[in-house]
Amino acid sequence: MDQVKQGLKNIASKKVVVCAMTVLLSMQASLSLSADFPTAKVNTTGLAVTDTEVTVGDLHSKTGTMAISETGSIQAETLAIEQINAMGGVLGRKIKVIYEDGASDWPTFAEKSKKLLVNDKVAAVFGCWTSASRKAVLPIFEKENGMLYYPTFYEGLEQSKNVIYTGQEATQQILAGLDWVVKEKKAKTFFLIGSDYIWPRTSNKIARKHIENVLKLKVVGEEYYPLGHTQFNSLINKIKLQKPDVIYAIVVGGSNVAFYKQLKAAGVTAEKQTLLTISVTEDEILGIGGENVKGFYAAMKYFQSLDNPNNKKFVEAFKARWGKNAVIGDVTQAAYLGPWLWKATVEKAGSFDIDKVAAASPGIELKTAPEGYVKLHENHHLWSKLRIGQALENGQYKVLYESELIEPNPFPKGYQ
Amino acid sequence: MTPAEIGGIVAMQGFAGLSLFSVLLLMALGLAIIFGQMGVINMAHGEFMTIGAYTIFGCSQLAELYAPGFQPYYFPIAIIVAFMIAFAVGYLTEFLLIRHLYRRPLDTLLATWGLSLGMQQTFRSLFGAKEVSATLPDWLLGSVKPSESIDIPINGLFVMGLTLLVTGIVFLMLYRSRWGLRVRATVANRTMSDAIGINTKKVDRLTFALGCGIAGIAGAAFTMIGSTGPTSGSLYIVDAFLVVTFGGAANLLGTIASAFGIAQTQSITEFFLTGSTARVLTLLFVVAVLMLRPQGLFVSKIRR
Amino acid sequence: MKTAFRNILGGRQGTINLAILAGILVVVFPLTLEIFRLNLVGKYLSYAFVAIGLVMLWGYGGILSLGQGVFFGLGGYCIAMFLKLEASDPISTKIQSTPGIPDFMDWNQLTALPWFWEPFHSFSFSVFAMLAVPALLAYVIGVAMFKRRVGGVYFAIITQAIALILSVLIIGQQGFTGGVNGITDLKTLHGWDIRSDKAKYILYFVNVALLFLAIFACRWVISSKLGLLLLAMRDKEDRVRFSGYDVANFKIFVFCLAAMLSAIGGAMFTLQVGFMSPSFVGIVPSIEMVIFAAVGGRMSLEGAVYGTLLVNFGKTFFSETFPDLWLFLMAALFICVVLVFPNGLAGLVDNWLRRKQARKQAQQLDPVPIGAQEHSQKGNLPASPPKADSRPGAKPQAV
Repeated sequence: MDQVKQGLKNIASKKVVVCAMTVLLSMQASLSLSADFPTAKVNTTGLAVTDTEVTVGDLHSKTGTMAISETGSIQAETLAIEQINAMGGVLGRKIKVIYEDGASDWPTFAEKSKKLLVNDKVAAVFGCWTSASRKAVLPIFEKENGMLYYPTFYEGLEQSKNVIYTGQEATQQILAGLDWVVKEKKAKTFFLIGSDYIWPRTSNKIARKHIENVLKLKVVGEEYYPLGHTQFNSLINKIKLQKPDVIYAIVVGGSNVAFYKQLKAAGVTAEKQTLLTISVTEDEILGIGGENVKGFYAAMKYFQSLDNPNNKKFVEAFKARWGKNAVIGDVTQAAYLGPWLWKATVEKAGSFDIDKVAAASPGIELKTAPEGYVKLHENHHLWSKLRIGQALENGQYKVLYESELIEPNPFPKGYQ
Repeated sequence: MTPAEIGGIVAMQGFAGLSLFSVLLLMALGLAIIFGQMGVINMAHGEFMTIGAYTIFGCSQLAELYAPGFQPYYFPIAIIVAFMIAFAVGYLTEFLLIRHLYRRPLDTLLATWGLSLGMQQTFRSLFGAKEVSATLPDWLLGSVKPSESIDIPINGLFVMGLTLLVTGIVFLMLYRSRWGLRVRATVANRTMSDAIGINTKKVDRLTFALGCGIAGIAGAAFTMIGSTGPTSGSLYIVDAFLVVTFGGAANLLGTIASAFGIAQTQSITEFFLTGSTARVLTLLFVVAVLMLRPQGLFVSKIRR
Repeated sequence: MKTAFRNILGGRQGTINLAILAGILVVVFPLTLEIFRLNLVGKYLSYAFVAIGLVMLWGYGGILSLGQGVFFGLGGYCIAMFLKLEASDPISTKIQSTPGIPDFMDWNQLTALPWFWEPFHSFSFSVFAMLAVPALLAYVIGVAMFKRRVGGVYFAIITQAIALILSVLIIGQQGFTGGVNGITDLKTLHGWDIRSDKAKYILYFVNVALLFLAIFACRWVISSKLGLLLLAMRDKEDRVRFSGYDVANFKIFVFCLAAMLSAIGGAMFTLQVGFMSPSFVGIVPSIEMVIFAAVGGRMSLEGAVYGTLLVNFGKTFFSETFPDLWLFLMAALFICVVLVFPNGLAGLVDNWLRRKQARKQAQQLDPVPIGAQEHSQKGNLPASPPKADSRPGAKPQAV
């Protein structure tokens, strides 16, 4: 409870400071900048842009089963927008956010995205988390010509003029991780596990092809469990029967917690078994408990413990805004990039028009990203590094390996 | 693969089935009392379990802050606290909501559905939307090793023991106590019980609260094997209803038999097939049996 | 002819009620709402089919099904399969490794269209399947359950289990069904772009027209002997059985009817929203749809429509205005409806009308002859009041 109160207090006091700063700064900035960019010129398609303000949407699940995961993204996007506003906004205009709740229900995501685009005429939407929610809103963004910044690592096989993917597509996250585990752990056999939907299935498909065709090693098992499944003892026995060198786990949501707790209880710990996951970020460890995943490996592009000045600043700001116990996972960081990328793109295009922003997107660089340097590819995905982290008992990861920048390739040849 | 190892797997698989059985039984027990004995369709049962889970989290935080030395022992006491809190909330719920609906069992479904939405949002406002994890005492983690190739999870043993204890107490209370006599009389014939001087209102309130309290215990125990978040309860509610209906609602023995049947079907099919197929097969098995025995496995003879 | 007409419209009060509903749906909404909101109303009205089906099934038949979402989903999937095939012509899917099949099949390494997808190239077959598949499933479930006299709470829970099984099946077989994502990105119907504003207008009016047809059909059933038997069955099943009727068959009929209505709703949903999601086949939407009917009043067909609109407007409005608190408001709505207005909106209106009439009667001091008073179809159960005075001079019968 104290923690909650402290958090509230923090939010309240910070908000006042941020607001005051915003007012001061934006008064100054809007006087100079807005004049250089008259509304008629930067907004030719009737978006919600005035001389002082630009409206964007934020569409995540605040309620329902996915709220557990999506809350971090909302927090990161809110923080980024507040920081941008404190610096004077975009083209001299303050960003106003309309929050909508997707309620973990895909038809609701579709309804709300349409409302944001048609009714509120937002200049950009930061949102969606699951693949299903993205698939539900994608036709609407294409039909109504909106701009979506999508933060989650996902299965690939998609590319749209109207979406910027700030997380990694599957090959960026999978291939280098498998190479690492084979090299470092001398792994020969793999057991693939996933929740039963498109991201784990597609990712495991890519992983299997890479293991069998490129690395010439063996997959000894591939298993899927319904979303929300909570009993994994039979699966754990199957793993014990097969004795794989590596468990490759893509379990998500509430199942995640059950899976790792039961794994630990059955005596499958890091001392005896190598486990590589691409679905457990620091956010998930909050629910699983650090003692249950200690020593396991995760492959993703960002860990909260990354040691660079950008990240130090980001973590500090995040904790100041959302409480000292807040943690930051891979997706949270990717969500934080969204507003910054959009700002950079709008400033490069000199316009809020969707078509101009989409056209200006390839080649946008961000040197201040917490994960380090990122750059937008022509296919609207980010160039990014892959890192391997080892889970610690305190819920953080120790970074063991960092790749070069990897080119995003949503339609990988030979992996389909 | 040596014979000893295969034997180990068989033993562990047998244990997995038993442990699933005790999990299912524990989550269904409270519902068996509420739904089976009172006919109230409590869709908020999962949320009462979540109350238990959050109680464990709260207690572990308190223990860490104020009494670090007490940390290894807080768990059993927290389970009792979970029971008491869930019991109190259940008592209040019965008083404010359920008692107005006894004549309309299907309406209890709608009202408690609303209640469950409200409770989920309350958890979210109080504890945040993200999942939390209680620090469990070390002695509950890990496994015992009766032989080289066998690992028996300690938390599984703990849940099993707890289930045994709670089921035993419920049985004693229901069949060997004054209160149990009154409950059974009320279930069999409410009007008659009223007439012979049983305070059926009081009986109802206690019964409902007790069912919720047991849900609290179940939720508390499941923090060892599952997640604690605002929507954790929804992971269990459907299974709980299946177990109770499958067993024949008004019969506790039926609930036990059905939990056993479902657990064994599920854990055996899971071992030989994939997880999703196993789930479908288990559910089909349940529906098929229900088609043959619509009232469930065990039918109590009640004059309606 | 005249009686048939009266049966369908439901007498004077029924005609007025229908006219008000028609006025709101056909005139007020299209004139006052912009197309985006009107499309939303269209989506809600597609749920209203399920609610109407539930009035028949639950209100009149006394059978509560918690699996109506299954039929809604099946109807929607049948149409979605047709639309998806039309959207996946070889040219627009040429980047796939197997052009010409739906994109999700390609992602799941299918190289040919599964056999059961083939007939869905034909629109007329799809429409036929949209009605036949849910009806068949309802028939099978109905025969298995009602012939064995399963009813009440058990039936509700079993339908829940069926909903669960089907959603696990659909999500698990993603190569054939699209999995959790559902069938998305539907574009045209016989070359007609269903995403344009004009199409949304037309689809809205088609939806309203179908909804009225559905109401007429249900009215007709209710006013027939069958409707009377349904009511009798709900209140004292055994007596109807002892009178020589096969109760199960009536139940099966009304269950199939409700299933087909739900399926039509699902099809209209797919057309208006442009995708179909397995989340409808699950338990949560099925319960929500029961709540629509309960809010409207489970004995009133128009009430079901109003209830659906009210709950969904509430949901949309609350969640847009208070994204953090809206669940509390919804929870309060459900609990209030059950506790305070057990007969829903229709019950409220009914009470009001009755009170008004009573006042009028009191003013005129002119007793209305018995029988001229319209039998109210809504509200309380027909707890037939003693009509001792209808036969002058009759003595109270000894029982």
